[in-house]
Amino acid sequence: MTGSQIIFYVLSAAILGLAVLSVTTRKIFRAAIWLLFTLVGIAGLYFWMDVAFIAAVQIIVYVGGIVVLIIFSIFLTQQSGQEMPAPPLLRKVAAVLAAVSGLTLSALLLNRHSFTPADADFDAGPERIGMQMLETGAGGFALPFEAVSILLLAAMIGCIVIAMKTKPAAI
Amino acid sequence: MNGIPITHILFVSTALFFIGMYGLFTRRNLISLLMSVELILNSVNINFVAFNKYLYPGKMDGVFFTIFIITVAAAEAAVGIAIVINLYRSHQSIDVEDAATMKY
Repeated sequence: MTGSQIIFYVLSAAILGLAVLSVTTRKIFRAAIWLLFTLVGIAGLYFWMDVAFIAAVQIIVYVGGIVVLIIFSIFLTQQSGQEMPAPPLLRKVAAVLAAVSGLTLSALLLNRHSFTPADADFDAGPERIGMQMLETGAGGFALPFEAVSILLLAAMIGCIVIAMKTKPAAI
Repeated sequence: MNGIPITHILFVSTALFFIGMYGLFTRRNLISLLMSVELILNSVNINFVAFNKYLYPGKMDGVFFTIFIITVAAAEAAVGIAIVINLYRSHQSIDVEDAATMKY
């Protein structure tokens, strides 16, 4: 077993274990912290797959942005030290059954299908990503880039409008 | 290829997806549901990057899909949290069972 394989299995075990902790813990603030470490582990998996740009974006957007936003909203909306009520046993059993059967089905399908990896070098440096992102010709992503930027602007304005405080007289 | 077959990476992302599904089934708190959705979106991203790297190394489409999914996920989380904060203001609770004003 080479070092690269050991790193992959350790990272995967960490990601899955932390994700399970994140969905099963009953303190919501701890769930957010476990989620943060899961996302850092996924960024490590991207580093392992040689896509350093995606790993950096993952750390900046997910770890630095979304999780911080989630933690802020936890502090704004509820007592973070309070335990959430445990789900009923029937619901828990049904959820485990659904998840495990889905996982088994997908794993069996994955096992039956034989993938043939291509033998070329994979280069996803930031320079190549940037050039193709702003390319207007064939294979370029300039139009989706503009569309997603408008989506982000609309989402931000929508957030401000939704979360804006209404005057007491207006209600 | 790093000595790891692609099926192992796909298995990790599948497991992550179903862990997120489990959270979506059992949790009744809107912020926890949002966290489970983030797990599911991340598992999809791992899939895209793995397929791109192992099966189509000459192209970069999977990497671009991952970037766009991360952007849309950021927008979705921001809108979701704005809705949660507004709901807390009007209902004093973020439990999905309490948000039943428009149910009937």
